[in-house]
Parts: sequence; C-alpha cells; structure tokens
Amino acid sequence: MGAIREVDVAEVTAAVKDLCITTNYDLPADVYDALKAAQETEESPVGREVLAQLVENADIAAADRVPICQDTGFAVIFAEVGQDVHLTGGDFEAAIHEGVRRGYGDGYLRKSVAEEPAHARRNTTDNTPAIIHTSIVPGDKVTLTLMAKGGGAENMSSLSMLKPSQGWAGIADAVVDTVSRAGSNPCPPVIIGVGIGGTIEMVTLLAKKALLRDVGSTHPDPRIAAMEDELLERVNALGIGPQGLGGRTTALDVFIEEMPCHIASMPMAVNVQCHAQRHKTVTL
Amino acid sequence: MAAKKITTPLTDDVVRSLRAGDAVEITGALYQARDAAHKRLVALIEAGEEVPFDLQGAVVYYMGPSPAKPGNVIGSAGPTTSGRMDAYAPLLMRHGLKGMIGKGLRTAEVKQAMRDEVAVYFAATGGAGALLARRIVGNEVIAYPELGAEAVARLEVVDFPAIVVNDCHGGDLYEEGRGAYARDV
Ligand code: SF4
Repeated sequence: MGAIREVDVAEVTAAVKDLCITTNYDLPADVYDALKAAQETEESPVGREVLAQLVENADIAAADRVPICQDTGFAVIFAEVGQDVHLTGGDFEAAIHEGVRRGYGDGYLRKSVAEEPAHARRNTTDNTPAIIHTSIVPGDKVTLTLMAKGGGAENMSSLSMLKPSQGWAGIADAVVDTVSRAGSNPCPPVIIGVGIGGTIEMVTLLAKKALLRDVGSTHPDPRIAAMEDELLERVNALGIGPQGLGGRTTALDVFIEEMPCHIASMPMAVNVQCHAQRHKTVTL
Repeated sequence: MAAKKITTPLTDDVVRSLRAGDAVEITGALYQARDAAHKRLVALIEAGEEVPFDLQGAVVYYMGPSPAKPGNVIGSAGPTTSGRMDAYAPLLMRHGLKGMIGKGLRTAEVKQAMRDEVAVYFAATGGAGALLARRIVGNEVIAYPELGAEAVARLEVVDFPAIVVNDCHGGDLYEEGRGAYARDV
C-alpha cells in the first residue's frame, strides 16, 4: 500500500471555485473545433450563420471573461478520490458546495437552482447544492470534474425501461425519437450521451458520464463505435439543424456507455447536451 | 444573409411584412421576462390592473441574464426556451403584444393567436449569450427586482440579430427548415 497523502479540503474548495468560473467562460477546444468544422459541411445558409455566431460567441466569452451562455447551469461534480488520500480540514462535500458558492458568486454566474421544486421554487441564491458523484479509486490523487449543465438541454433528456426483445433497434429508435421531439429546444447542435444497461439510476449516470468524452473521439470498442456512428447519421438525417432552423448539423457527436443489466431488463437513457458543452477536469 | 432592419414598438404593417425565415436586426426597446414574471403579468391583466410597461406593439424577450460584471450593461443574455411561456402568450397578444423572442417550439394555440392578433415569433441564437449581450446598450429593471434574473427589465438594443420562426401568415421555419433538410437513411 502506498503512503497516505493528506489533501486539505480547502484545496478542493479553491479548485471547484476555479472550475466553475473557467468552465463557464471557456468553451472546450474539441467543441470549438467541431463547431468550426461544421461550418464547412453545413448546407443550410441559416445553419452556417448560426454556427458562425456560436464560434464568435465563444471567442467573445473567452476574451471578455464572461459566460458562454447565461444559463451557467447546475454544477455537477464527478469526484474520484484515491484510496491513499486522507482528506483533512473539514467535510469533503461541504467543501465542494462552498467552491460552487464562491465560483458562482465571484464569477458573476447565474444562480439557477430552486428549492422546494414542487411548491415555492425559491432560488437558493448561491447555485448550491452541487450534484456530487464520488468514487473511490486506486492512488493518492483527487480528480475533480465539473459539468455545468443547463436546463434547456437537460429537460429534453429521456429514460426508457425497454423490453430485452426490443434490442438495439428499440434503443436506436428511442434515441432518434428523443432528439426528434426535442427539436429546437435544447439549442442544437447537440451532443448526445446514451446509457445502456445497469439499473434505473445507473443508466442515467452512464448517459451523463458519456458526455465527458471529447467530441470527435472514437470509442475504444469498435462495436460501440459503430453504434455511435449509426446513431449520429440517423440523428443528422432528421433535418433539425443548428438551432432547429433546418440543416444537417443536428448533433456534433453521439457517445454510448454500456454495462451489464438484469436478465429481465433493458434500461436506456439519453442525456441531451447543448453545444455549450461545458466540462473541465483538474487533479489535486 | 441580408437582415431586415426593424424597430420597436412593432406596427401591424411591419409584422405583416415579415415571413418565416427572414433574418432581422431589431433596434429599440425589448422587455425581458421569463416564467415568474409572466405569471405575475397575466395575474395583473386578469385582475384588470395595469402591467408595468406599455404592451401596445411591445416585443418581449424570453431571457434571464447572468449578473453583469462591473462596467458592463448586462451579463450574458441569450434566449430561454419559449415553450414555458406558451400558457401566458395568447393573453398578452390579445392585449397588444406584437413580438416574442426566444428559442424552441410553440404550441398550436400560440401560433393561432399570432395569426389572429397579428404577432410574430423570432428565434435568437440559444447559447450565444456573450455575443447577444454586445447588442444590448441599455438595461433598466422596471418590475419585480426581487425575482433577480427573472425580473422584468427594459432593454435597449441596437441591431439585435434574430430570425423569424413563426409569422402571422402561418409560416413556421421550424417545420419548413426541418422538412427541407430531412432525408432517409
Ligand atoms: S440549452 Fe445550453 S446553450 Fe441553450 S440556453 Fe440552455 S445552457 Fe444555454
């Protein structure tokens, strides 16, 4: 066993604060490049104009240090804590929430979290709580990934408990149907995360984690890579296009994550992400 | 694409001249309002009271900005999903509202009200909040400051870019555009 390494949770707070701000100001390079590349292939003049606006928008946000999109999202944190790490100085989750509080305050980010969702829907005023997914991994590092997830695209996501007999065809139809019904609402071009297998809570997490991949990357399993290609082609044949105004570029990419499931089940989930695909990782 | 320059408040003649697919650049006042503000505006109208701005010819922008940095007029300021305002829009159109700016699909009722009342629905580019903020030169909260990002503000815009999605003649770019580029695989 390795020596125990101490990490003060104050470092976690500082890292999360910085992640909140930079993730919202700087569009990841893979998405930026994909938007530029799509300008070359998009056939619709309106679609090309929208893509040009999105590239210019990312340039302005980075230069002026302002958010790419006014919906600066719900802060979703994936934390991987090495089993040789000893977290000191306070409560780990409280330290993450504090980082979100400071980042959304100091970064002039919009506070978009409401408590008592069924009734009062009062704004919590500091964008907390964060959504935290922690896993324990080998090693002595703490890796923090922030995804700033906007409401417009999240609202278009879907979960289906299919019958095993529906097979891949059923899954593929459900993905295409989700994107089709979403139309212009999730600010296309979108990025599609698909989870297949597991249980009801795990399949949605798979779909969300799938969105952490780089746009343009190929799945290491050729079988899954082929499934992704097929879905991307079908989704881009819908004609929805940039902002739903008609065109070829409905999605920039489709990512699938799968795991075994119960012999009686076939859970599948689609997590829709907008072109404002904001995520970033740091290691402490 | 050459954009048509239009100014607010909108007249019926200008609204009638607009067709689905037209690119426009809007100059003048827009009224920023989202869900919570719409709920209050509709409650006022139903109670027979005055709303906090003149609805005649008005254009509402479905938007809740991020906070402005010191020295900036406004934070990032792109459109929100319009569908959440569908329940309120027809009543506002019956009281003079002529234009709506947002993103995403509208219901059949809203589209019918646009034909009946001569009104127009524009899409601004969702997720282009930093770019759109540069076209906003004035920003004054005129009602419900306690709602924060959901307050009603009067925004002065210059050459604000948008595209006509639903015109008052029944044109619908979301349907027409998609139909033009859909294909079989
Ligand atoms: S869907 Fe994404 S790009 Fe569109 S408004 Fe929401 S966060 Fe912004």
